[in-house]
Formats: sequence, structure tokens, C-alpha cells
Amino acid sequence: MALFFGGRPSDLPLARDPSSRFLAWITALMVFLAALALAGAMVVSDMARRWDSGLAGGLTVQIAPLPGAAGAPPLDERVEAALTVLRSAPGVKSATALTASDTARLLEPWLGPEAADPLLPMPRLIDVATDGPVDVAGLTLRLKSAAPGATLDDHAVWLADLRAFTGAVHLAALGVVALIGGAGVMSVVFSVRTGLAIHRNVVELLHLMGATDRYVSRQFETHVAGLSLRGGLAGLALAVAVLGGILHVSSGLRASLLPDLTLAPWQWAALGLVPMAAVLLAMATARWTVLRTLGSLP
Amino acid sequence: MIRFENVGLRYGTESEVLRDISFTLQPGSFHFMTGASGAGKSSLLKLMYLAHRPSRGLITLFGRDMARVTRAELPEMRRQIGVVFQDFALLDHLSALDNVGLPLRMGGTPDADAVAHCTEILRWVGLGNHLHAKPSTLSGGQQQRVAIARSVINRPRLLLADEPTGNVDDGIGMRLLYLFEELHKLGTTVVIATHNEALIRRFDHPRLHLDNGRLHVMPARNAKWG
Repeated sequence: MALFFGGRPSDLPLARDPSSRFLAWITALMVFLAALALAGAMVVSDMARRWDSGLAGGLTVQIAPLPGAAGAPPLDERVEAALTVLRSAPGVKSATALTASDTARLLEPWLGPEAADPLLPMPRLIDVATDGPVDVAGLTLRLKSAAPGATLDDHAVWLADLRAFTGAVHLAALGVVALIGGAGVMSVVFSVRTGLAIHRNVVELLHLMGATDRYVSRQFETHVAGLSLRGGLAGLALAVAVLGGILHVSSGLRASLLPDLTLAPWQWAALGLVPMAAVLLAMATARWTVLRTLGSLP
Repeated sequence: MIRFENVGLRYGTESEVLRDISFTLQPGSFHFMTGASGAGKSSLLKLMYLAHRPSRGLITLFGRDMARVTRAELPEMRRQIGVVFQDFALLDHLSALDNVGLPLRMGGTPDADAVAHCTEILRWVGLGNHLHAKPSTLSGGQQQRVAIARSVINRPRLLLADEPTGNVDDGIGMRLLYLFEELHKLGTTVVIATHNEALIRRFDHPRLHLDNGRLHVMPARNAKWG
């Protein structure tokens, strides 16, 4: 006997409502967009963290070629002089000069294979690791004196910009998700109100028979939960497919300007929670809408 | 059980459909409610099953002054009232069994118990072969019996019926009245609005007679003579 058990129909025939069909589709679309926004924010966040950890606690010295400067020491001598200054500076843990081929490899994404052309006037770079505070201004003066053409970059501007950019991306993602959530809430409110209007007679009858507002609201909650779950899983599946495609294509790009676009397992799991969040939001909204509306009944 | 004191009811700005209604129904009493169409029978029943609040006057139900009962307390009180609506008010998408089980589900009765009770009562009203039938596939009389089964499944303290025998033949009508009599003997207070003079004479209970919005309480012996 299916009655009164799992397959028992709801007291309210909500499944027949036209508004039911659109709610699943809208939830699918919203979960899809929210998952993409969150994935984008996570990728940018990871990228920024990698750059941040790679740059913070380090300095870069660039020694430019000086083709027009007569009497200037050769580039290699200036590099050695700079290394001597750096290794004796307080707060410097190590200073390593990049070879010309290392520099060419770094520039290859921008210049292509021609970056290794010895005729190109390439600067030399020194990677400096620090283990304490460094007097950047004083060190800069000493470097310029020992190695003309040397500049010291403590990445402060770059890091500040990077952190500001990451913050903006997070804020934008949060805004997108909030907008999506707001639209989802409005869709559920509309759907539930439509259901209440269509089934007003049944709701009133249930009330007269002794149904509490929570009894009625549970029927709507169950209904929108089912629709949201179906739509949410469909939206998530689509988002995973799209993200998988993007990550696959980005990993195949040679000499790409794009950073490493990957998501960790926990990040995929976090995306999997988006439909659950949509379901919970839909249920809470349905409950609030029904209780608020039924409050006007005697 | 029920006491009305100078109760009046008006819908919106219309004139009163019920005026100065005063009566008392003792627990376990049985009354017929009579009156011409438009006399106010349905309105009086609506006040009794708490669908409306009166425009004036005092209603006491189950010992509670209804003016002091909060909205949150109403569902529990309503579950103690069984109502047979004139239009049956069955839910078309539910089977007879599910319709009858509605009050039990609202009261939290376990499913297995609810199924057993509903099956038993539907068999009693002669619908044992229609447990899973949707109301649209049942005749008017069968729908009415489902509605009656639903109204009594909860063993209500107060049973209100609006023309419960209007769509059934005399045999079924008599059987249903005997069911109401049985509930009455178990202590349920029963009020049945009806035009069926034969039933009223047969069962010899006092009348609440409405005439143009005013109530006249007639003892049982008067009903026999009516």
C-alpha cells in the first residue's frame, strides 16, 4: 500500500503547478552560475596565493645592459659586484644570479623562442631570499654604486596590487553569488505565493481541519526542496563539465600566459555543496513565505 | 461544551446574517439545525468550527473563551472538531484513504495505525472496495460518505455536519445517522444541519432552528410535532 508511506502524495497538489517547472530550471541556471563564480574566485585566490608566497620574503635585482655607457664594467662583473653587496647585506639569506638561459626561459611566453637570441640586450636578474628586515633604500644606493644599472625591486607595489586585485575578485564573486541567491529567493517566493494562491481553498480546508502553519509550510518546503535539488544537481553537472573543459584546455596551452588553473579536491567538494546550499535557501525561503502569508488567515 | 451569548456575524459591511444568537450545547448532546436556505445555518456552523470570528458577542468552546484563544492555539482546538462540509471538500488528487487520513496525519498518528483506522471506517461506510479511488471516480453519495468518514476518524469532541444526507439514499442516510448516534453515545457532541424532516422525526433530538438570522431552540418533543 503506497498510501501514507514514502510515495504518499502531498496534501497540496503542488507538483501540477506550472510554477513548479520553471523553479527547477531557474535553480539549475543559478547553481551553474554560482559554481562558476566560486570556481573563478578559488582559482584566482590560489593563483594570488602562489604569487604572494613566491614573492613575499624575497627581492629581485635587475642589472640592465648599458650599451651606450662607455667605460662601464661588463655585465658579468657588475653581477658579481652586486652579489657581493647583497651577500653582505643584513637580512639577506641568499642571492642567486639567474643565468642568461634562465632569463630567456622566463621571457619566452612574451618574446617566444627569440628570447634566447644572444643579440638581444637582455638584463640579468638576481633572486634574493631574505630572512629578516632589509634596508631597501640603503641597499639600493649601495647596489647602484657597486653595479651601475642595477635596480632593486622589493615587489611591494606588485604585491599590493595583487592583493587588491584578489580582494576585488573575491568581492565580485561574493556579489555575483549574492545576486544569484537573491534572484533564487525571489523565484521561490514567487513560486510559493503562486502555489498558495492556486491552492488557497485546500490550504484553508487544511487549516479548518486543524493543520498548523508549519504543517502547511512543510509541504511547500518539501516541494521546493525536491525541485531545487533536481535543478541544482543539473546545474552543478553542467558547471563541472564546463570547468573541466576550461581546465583541460588551459593545461594544454603551450607557453601559456595563463597561470596554473587547477582546483584541489576540497575545492571540487566545496562546489558540490552549492546545490545543497540552494536547497537549504529554497526551503528556508518557502517556509518564511508560507508562514508570513498564512499569518493573515484567521 | 459550546455557549453562544448574543453573537452576531456580518460579512464586511453587509447587514448581520446572524443576530443575537444565544444557546448552550451540553457535552454529548445531539442537535439538528434547521432553517430555510439563507437562514444562516452555514454561517452558524462556520462560527462553531472556528472558520470565522463573530462580529460581536461571546463564544465559549470546550470551556475556552474564544476571544482569548490565540491563533497558535486554534489548530489544536480545530482538531477536536469534525466537520462534514456541504460540498464534501475532498481533495481530488488524494485517494479516499488519504482523504480520510488527513486529520490523523495532522495529529501525528503513525502511518500504520492511520491506514488501519481509515480502512476500517471506510469499510464501515460501505466503501471498502474504493479505498484507493479518487473522489472524481466516486458518486456524490460515495464522496459524501468519504467526507463523513474523514470527519469522524479523529473521534472528535464536536461533530458538525452540513446536510450530510443530502446526496445519499434513505438507507445510506439512515446508516450514517446511526453512525452519528454511535458517536453521540460515545460522548461526541453532534450538530447536524439538515432539511430532512423524516430523519429529524426518526431520531428525536432537539433543534436549533434559524429563521432570518435569529435562533430558536426547540426541544425534542417539538421536533416530533413539527
